[in-house]
Amino acid sequence: MDPLMPPPIRRIALDAEPTIAPARELPQRNGHAVPAAVAARPTRAPASLVRDRMTVEGVWLAYGENWVVRDVSLPVRQGEVLALIGASGSGKTTLLRSLNRLTEITAGAARAGRIALDGTDIHELEVNALRRRVSMVFQQPNPFPMSIYDNVAYSLAEQRPDRGRRRRRRSPELSAAVEDALRRAGLWEEVSGDLDRSALRLSGGQQQRLCIARALAAQPEVLLLDEPCSALDPISTATIEELIVGLRESVAVVIVTHNLQQAFRVADHVAFMHLGELVEYGPSEQVFDRPREQRTRDYVSGAFG
Amino acid sequence: MAAAAVSPAPPKAVVRPPRERVSSWPLVDRLFYALCWISGLALCAIALWIVLYMLVKGVSYLKPSLLTSSPVSGSIQQTSNGGFLDPIEGTLLVTAVGTLIAAPLGVAIAVWLTEYARPSWLARAVDSAIEMLAGVPSIVLALFGLIFFSQGFLTFVSQGAASGALGQSFIAAGAVMALIALPLIVAATREGLEALPPRIREASFALGKTKATTSRYVLLPAIKPSIAAGVVLGMGRIIGDTAIITVLLGGSAQLTEPVGHTPVWGLLRGTGSTLTSYVYYNSPAGEGNAHEKAYAAAFVLLLMVLALNFLVTRLTVTGERGPAAASRLRMKLAESFAGRRWS
Repeated sequence: MDPLMPPPIRRIALDAEPTIAPARELPQRNGHAVPAAVAARPTRAPASLVRDRMTVEGVWLAYGENWVVRDVSLPVRQGEVLALIGASGSGKTTLLRSLNRLTEITAGAARAGRIALDGTDIHELEVNALRRRVSMVFQQPNPFPMSIYDNVAYSLAEQRPDRGRRRRRRSPELSAAVEDALRRAGLWEEVSGDLDRSALRLSGGQQQRLCIARALAAQPEVLLLDEPCSALDPISTATIEELIVGLRESVAVVIVTHNLQQAFRVADHVAFMHLGELVEYGPSEQVFDRPREQRTRDYVSGAFG
Repeated sequence: MAAAAVSPAPPKAVVRPPRERVSSWPLVDRLFYALCWISGLALCAIALWIVLYMLVKGVSYLKPSLLTSSPVSGSIQQTSNGGFLDPIEGTLLVTAVGTLIAAPLGVAIAVWLTEYARPSWLARAVDSAIEMLAGVPSIVLALFGLIFFSQGFLTFVSQGAASGALGQSFIAAGAVMALIALPLIVAATREGLEALPPRIREASFALGKTKATTSRYVLLPAIKPSIAAGVVLGMGRIIGDTAIITVLLGGSAQLTEPVGHTPVWGLLRGTGSTLTSYVYYNSPAGEGNAHEKAYAAAFVLLLMVLALNFLVTRLTVTGERGPAAASRLRMKLAESFAGRRWS
């Protein structure tokens, strides 16, 4: 440390140094043990895979008179995982829900600005068609009260489920599609023995992977995850994180999380929101190790939130 | 230490919290407590008395021949031969017609009220209309039904009305019966739908499903036990109603001979009687002068209603909600209707 530097700069540098150094140098990433597959992945997805799918431009969102998202602009790219972080009430879940217009089921929701999917404003798309292209997994696992098979089969069809809800009439194509979705969600090995079991009898982690399978069955282009692991134990969380990282090549993934380590483990880009504003957006190494904004620095070092 | 390796034996002396002693309560509390006990026991005693009385009377007068023979035709007196086969058939027929009309209608109204309910003024109006329907005495509905089905354009459903008489038939009675069963079915279905967590709906919407698809393939299958319980409660109400039968089905104890060639349609257009009207007619208050048969018929009626009550409990149990949920549902429905009628 240069003793000739003026005191404020020296202090910041001294404060910042310990949090940055281990993160860049230790194979464990940020000093935390991570699943092998996550640790082994390149920190950035190959550039050839990355392309913009959704763009959020100057978006404001309100419930009634209360603006909960203020002037947010960011891209959602296929081939990478975008994490939205921020304290409770920062508007990240609302922003996520607005991406497939799920905010609209709340009375009094209003929007300004432009959200586009492949260049088309999502308000010009038919809402149900949009939601099939931009699928969502929720905080609480919410399988339908029916069998595992029916949960996935319900999602496969455009509206009414295929003729196959009765076991005798299931077509091989439908069963193959159900199997494919369950395999992609990493659940097939565990449930293939009894697909007619009620989905509500699965464990919490299995239920959440079933919800991911259900969301993937519709072949979405963008997958929205709203704190998908907050109700789960660390082992289930690790399984789902590996799954998320594996999915990013075929779908654009947006994840809202309160868990900063999780954001660091899975995300390629991170957006930090505070009180409805987008404070900082950038590659996750930059946001966590060299935040440009003081508020980001405070948040990622655990000073508030 | 070897002793530490084996799991310890459970302690022999277990401390349990001492039972609360009533004698330590203030006098007023003790009096009130006694009153609660007495009321509860009295209610049980009355219910038991009714069932036992009907059982003794009914079993002593009930003969298999009563169940298989028709009432005497052409005479007011029912003391001679003749049973109540026709009233049993009439009860089943009215219940079937009423339930077939009320069940789909009630479920549809409940789905609209909980899932759509737009515009909101219409939803409020429908809500009030259902409440009002639950509160109107059935004799008023019966009178309205009689006038309604006497209208020229509706006489085709009643065989008698076609020749200028009043609009009495199984169809007319069943249609008005549907009105008294409707509020129960709507209330049970609504309660089932409202008990479903909102995240189930969100999950379905997030998959790009419409409200209609969600209701039909996710919500309604999930609340089958509630719907079934509501339907069975409605059937119970239909079976027990006398006023509508007396007004809209008339006094003839026998089923009328079907007119025309369509078998079921001819029967439905005709008139007849049900167990309730038969019991009334033959009771000491009526003109049939066959008290024994009234007791026997009342016993059969009681058995039917008890069987339905049992069915409600079973249906709600298979829905993994337990017998407590069944009685809660019944109490809640009874409460909401009784409260409105008297307030």
